[in-house]
Amino acid sequence: MTTEALALIVFLPLLAAAGAVVLPTAWLGLSIRVGLMPLPLLLLIPTLEVLENGAYRIALAGHSAPLGIAWQLDPLSLLMLWLNVGMTLLISLHANCSFRPGQPHAHRFWPLWLLLFAGMNALLLSADLFNIYVTLELVTLTAIGLIALEGKPPALRAAMRYLLLALLASLLYLLGVGLIYGQTGVLDLYLLAERLAPGWLSVTAIALMIVGLLIKAAIFPLHAWLPAAHGNAPGPVSAILSAMVVKVSIYLIWRLWFWGVPEWDLDRAALLLGVLGGMAIVYGSLAALVQQRLKLIIAYSTVAQLGYLLLLFPLASTLAFQAASYHLLSHGMAKAAMFLAAANILRSLGTDRLRHLAGIDQRLPLDVFALALGGVSIMGLPPSGGFLAKWLFLEAAWSARAWSWLILIALGGLLAAAYLFRVLAVVCLHPRRRGNHRHLKRTPDTASLAAMLLAVGAIIAGFTSAPILDLVEAGLPPGLPR
Amino acid sequence: MDSATLYVLAAAVLFGIGVHGLIVSAHLMRKLFAINIMGSSIFILLVATATPISGQADPIPQALVLTGIVIAVSATAFGLALMVRMSQETGKATLAVEDEPENDD
Amino acid sequence: MMDQLMFWTPLLTVIVSALTGIVIFVAGERHALLRIILNLAAAIAKLLLVVMIGLLVRNGFTPEFRVSLVPGLDLVLRADALSMLFASLSAVLWLVTTVYAIAYLERSPNRARFFGFFSLCVAATMGISMAGNLLTFFIFYELLTLTTWPLVVHNGTATAIRAGGTYLRYTLSGGALFLVGLVWLYGISGPQAFVAGGTLADHAVDARLSLQIIFVLLTIGMGVKAALFPLHGWLPKAMVAPAPVSALLHAVAVVKAGAFGLIRLVEDVYGADLVADLGLDLPLLLIAAFTILYGSVQALRQVDLKKRLAFSTVSQVSYIILGIAIGGPVATVGGIVHLVHQGLMKIILFFCAGIFANLLGVKRIDQLDGIGRRMPWTSTSFTVGALGMIGLPPVAGFVSKWYLGAGAVEAGRTWVVAILVTSSVLNAAYFLPVLKRIWLHPPPDQWPHEARVSRLETGSLVGSAIVAAVLSLGVGLLAGHPLSPLNWVDSIVAGYFP
Repeated sequence: MTTEALALIVFLPLLAAAGAVVLPTAWLGLSIRVGLMPLPLLLLIPTLEVLENGAYRIALAGHSAPLGIAWQLDPLSLLMLWLNVGMTLLISLHANCSFRPGQPHAHRFWPLWLLLFAGMNALLLSADLFNIYVTLELVTLTAIGLIALEGKPPALRAAMRYLLLALLASLLYLLGVGLIYGQTGVLDLYLLAERLAPGWLSVTAIALMIVGLLIKAAIFPLHAWLPAAHGNAPGPVSAILSAMVVKVSIYLIWRLWFWGVPEWDLDRAALLLGVLGGMAIVYGSLAALVQQRLKLIIAYSTVAQLGYLLLLFPLASTLAFQAASYHLLSHGMAKAAMFLAAANILRSLGTDRLRHLAGIDQRLPLDVFALALGGVSIMGLPPSGGFLAKWLFLEAAWSARAWSWLILIALGGLLAAAYLFRVLAVVCLHPRRRGNHRHLKRTPDTASLAAMLLAVGAIIAGFTSAPILDLVEAGLPPGLPR
Repeated sequence: MDSATLYVLAAAVLFGIGVHGLIVSAHLMRKLFAINIMGSSIFILLVATATPISGQADPIPQALVLTGIVIAVSATAFGLALMVRMSQETGKATLAVEDEPENDD
Repeated sequence: MMDQLMFWTPLLTVIVSALTGIVIFVAGERHALLRIILNLAAAIAKLLLVVMIGLLVRNGFTPEFRVSLVPGLDLVLRADALSMLFASLSAVLWLVTTVYAIAYLERSPNRARFFGFFSLCVAATMGISMAGNLLTFFIFYELLTLTTWPLVVHNGTATAIRAGGTYLRYTLSGGALFLVGLVWLYGISGPQAFVAGGTLADHAVDARLSLQIIFVLLTIGMGVKAALFPLHGWLPKAMVAPAPVSALLHAVAVVKAGAFGLIRLVEDVYGADLVADLGLDLPLLLIAAFTILYGSVQALRQVDLKKRLAFSTVSQVSYIILGIAIGGPVATVGGIVHLVHQGLMKIILFFCAGIFANLLGVKRIDQLDGIGRRMPWTSTSFTVGALGMIGLPPVAGFVSKWYLGAGAVEAGRTWVVAILVTSSVLNAAYFLPVLKRIWLHPPPDQWPHEARVSRLETGSLVGSAIVAAVLSLGVGLLAGHPLSPLNWVDSIVAGYFP
């Protein structure tokens, strides 16, 4: 039962994607529904299984681990799957306004969108390093296709740059996989811990894989592709890219690090990753502070916020794991809300340049409100999911007596406040001199509603954390300090 | 020099050529070629790990390489399509520096 | 049934205002009448709710709402005597300010945004007053920053936006330090429930230095909002906001939240004894004393009426901190009761300044000549407030100053009396000339910018000011009455000094 449900979670969107290509346009709506709607229900079955019995493993095609390819669902991947499903569904609500079947790009958008969804689900389930490579490629290529979808020159350029870097990253990752296979004869992520002894070759292999994943996760200084790509993509695409797609790469590094090579002495490497994360926080925030376009500000904010996910490595404790996972969740919702709201503003005004946004809160109150609520969570101000994540991070840093990280985290919130309040201040300016909103196009209510739902979700995450934190704790690798 | 060392050396040389090409060439076609060459070097390395001095070859790396080639081909095709589209839209097939996206409206 | 009531009522006080704010946002700009009705209804409902809880507390109950945010980390709203003091002050002044603001902002743009955030701001203030532990306090404290910012920048001018930026720089940085201190304290001793006399005495030996640093961090965090020198810079700039906002910021919400937090910190987290033991009371006392004098001197130098009032606030709020820093029951009573008294008196002054500016265009002090003849009721209210600030009996301000002075003598810090006297002289020096201009100088031929209304002194603008003036006279005259703030504070302080 669980096996079938998991298979459907991957293959239903895949099938729907195929349907969206092959079937006539009139059937597109049906394909979309089939590919998306049943997923939360289907996901309930494995959820119950995991809550009851812990991690669940499937050997695909009947072959078991060293030889065959396996899927594994543990509490952490379950959380990620729920995030992906929930976020994709909410963003699809928005996408259904801008890419309603019958509109210019709809027949290309939906197949790619469903394919991305299927790829993400498969990626999160994979326990096999090579299978992860394949699904990661699928995710990356569909994501690039979605960025380039509308064919505007800046988006095309951004997509191309992303493609070149992503291919380079994939090759590095693949090289690492090859080296590991040569060493151990296995490709299963969860068998590495016992088989992979530290030596220069295996260290090189892991390092190559991590660097590849860091490129895909746009971690400073390998971030250069992200702002243009996320800033020029269509709204729903920016939202899912920032909310989920970049983060699965970091999630994979967590997997490699804490599950793949838990026994290794990696203190210095962990410090290095933490420093990169810190630099990402500072650099991304400062860059966001000088941008002139709303979507670019939000994109640079992603560069900054991703940095927090790396602080897990130096802090390496249960608390830090909960903090990072909770940050991933609340940032996902908040950032998706902000990108969707920005997309609505862009669509309505025809531009998202800051100087044209004065007084826009009178015309698009719901979108501005969603933007502000998302911003509250990003800044880590209470009450919001972002605040709880920040609190847990601070607590983790305090428990480890890591004063420098503690200061960094406190400072990061202030930097975020600086660039986000800069936007809100402009919005509150009276539009006397510049903004002329007579040519405002109406945005569909559903589009604003989707942004609002996600933003409210990010705030509500500040109140009901216990189930999620318990789930994270249940799925932690053994041997992590409190 | 045994065959394993030869493979590794060849892979290293190819990888270097690829990196050089990726950095130095401006034209996107060349960049895509460069990435393909880097890919090939990694495939060689993978095949090398599968070829023991004696005895039977391990089929799994072969399968990996096969899948890798399929992915490389599709990614390259996708990249080429993107490049064609770019040259249609902008009249050039490079990522020139002056086209920083921050300056676009 | 009773348990349910005890559980939900504290939350309800917050929800009433928060919900009002949200409904106002949703209703939008057009439904002016609905907004007015809603505002007033909510303000009255809130006042009744606070009275009800007040009765419960008086009869020995402690209503408490509790929800877990993170395992081991609770959001607690609890009504005790001190929280009821602040809550009733907010509820009363919210009602008065709402009436004033509706009249003040008639026909101005963006009213839905204004009243929406106004209500949310009151919700945050309620949360601060009901907070049952330091974390809850912090959450609503930050929420207050967020909800007052749109009010500060409400005018939408470049100056307003800049003032809003300054406000955020101060308060958010303070908030960050607060958070660091909070996490640190949490790490040392777990969740910090507010208990009279404090809960940290056990850690005084093993974590002495930590506790001292944490105290400094938290004091900075709260001192920013309480406008303690040198953290007061945002306050005079925030004067660009509309008058009702200035009134609310200075009398109730923001500065009082900081002062209230310091009371909680000293009396209910550390305990006055521990603060003295850690050697932290004298520095706090010195800063408060300096701020009192500094604020007064600065106020003397201002020509803009609202700016003068702002610096007067800087000075007056520090009386509260002075009171708790002196220690001892009498001075503590004086400090805490000043929370209420200063709120009532300051709100009159800002109401009147708003009326002068709105109806006659009078913003500078030299323009006030003879305004007493043009607007006698407003000017009388202003006079009551100003005399109270100076500390003239029988207005409320006298009572607090008396207790502060007596407490200082009792605690053996007689030099504080000199500070109080100097400050009163300075208060007189910056308020009496204003009063002289208002009443004794001849009016000009033409006012700077006269509004075209038939009668200047009718309606809710001046009505609110008069109500506030009557209240501040009342709490001064009836200070001996069992229900007066003074007696209420007496019973609170009795819990601190058994």
